[in-house]
Amino acid sequence: MATAGATGEEHVGDEQWPMWEVFVRASRGLSHVHAGSLHAPDETMALRNARDLYTRRGEGVSIWVVPASEITTSDPGSKEAFFESPAGKNYRHATYYEKSQGVPHL
Amino acid sequence: MSAEAEPSVTVTDVELDAELTSTGLVASADEAEYALRIGDDSLILAQQLGWWISRAPELEEDLALGNIALDLLGHARNLLHFAGTALGKTEDELAYFRDEHEFRSAWLFEQPNGDFGHTIARGLLTSAYQFELYTQLAASSSPGLAGIAAKSVKEVAYHRDHAVQWILRLAGGTDESRSRIERALINTWPYLDELFRDDELHDRFEGAPRPSALREPVMSVLRQVLAEAELDEPKTTESSGDGRHGHHSTYLGPILAEMQVLARRHPGASW
Repeated sequence: MATAGATGEEHVGDEQWPMWEVFVRASRGLSHVHAGSLHAPDETMALRNARDLYTRRGEGVSIWVVPASEITTSDPGSKEAFFESPAGKNYRHATYYEKSQGVPHL
Repeated sequence: MSAEAEPSVTVTDVELDAELTSTGLVASADEAEYALRIGDDSLILAQQLGWWISRAPELEEDLALGNIALDLLGHARNLLHFAGTALGKTEDELAYFRDEHEFRSAWLFEQPNGDFGHTIARGLLTSAYQFELYTQLAASSSPGLAGIAAKSVKEVAYHRDHAVQWILRLAGGTDESRSRIERALINTWPYLDELFRDDELHDRFEGAPRPSALREPVMSVLRQVLAEAELDEPKTTESSGDGRHGHHSTYLGPILAEMQVLARRHPGASW
């Protein structure tokens, strides 16, 4: 049972449903793309809710739902350490290199 | 900022599907009477389900019930439009300017929303019935009815799945949810029988399945769902409701009053 709230009362069923992340594939050959999130009591209902919320106008041919709690995310606070290192390292881009003369098939 | 840096934004034109099927066909008197019966079923249920929007247990369920209501409204529009071709009336005239005794819906569809359990129990019964009905009607010798049924049955399959999923969860949830769904099934079950009664229309008109032929397939699906949810089949007395001939329960009047008030107060108004 959950810890009693400030009022000292608790109600079974008052807990909110868990969050799910929804990925929709628009058509064959494309990747699933994150469409948004929703609440659902379990994975079966999550899939149905995703159908109702995100494919009402024929947006998709395939849906994935993933428990939001199962997704490990990068920390927004460590953005600098994570994502700024590539800055200035232009040699990591192919366009950094000049094409040598006389090399065929480049 | 240079002009090149401004990405040009275009909205892709979406080709919208036709809203009505079976257009261009003119119904016979019997086809029209039949279409009114099953069209009124869907219209009344759609109107009732609309009440849940903003009131369902979760936002996601608002959307689910709202989607089902819109599907049903689409079926009703098709059927009333088709019926109207025989009666010289538009779908709106049939929906908004008929009185209670002119509606042909069965009593099950006008039963109150009640709590969420009652809405789900009613949804299980209506969708199990409509699924069998439309499956058989899709093979009808009436091209108008067959076309509408073939389109509707896919959506009704989803409505039935929605109800089944919730029956299983309410029955297998808490003591409270189980007792509520049991009570809801007991209160709804008496209205099944009316759906399976043949009358003079079915003797005359062979373009539609006889209601009595739907009883076994519908009951067999319902029994499977109850067995899976480990619920007993309610032992109830059959309702003597006779909505197919315009005799309704006291619930229909207020539903119609709310549905029709705007169109009647401002006849011919448009968006």
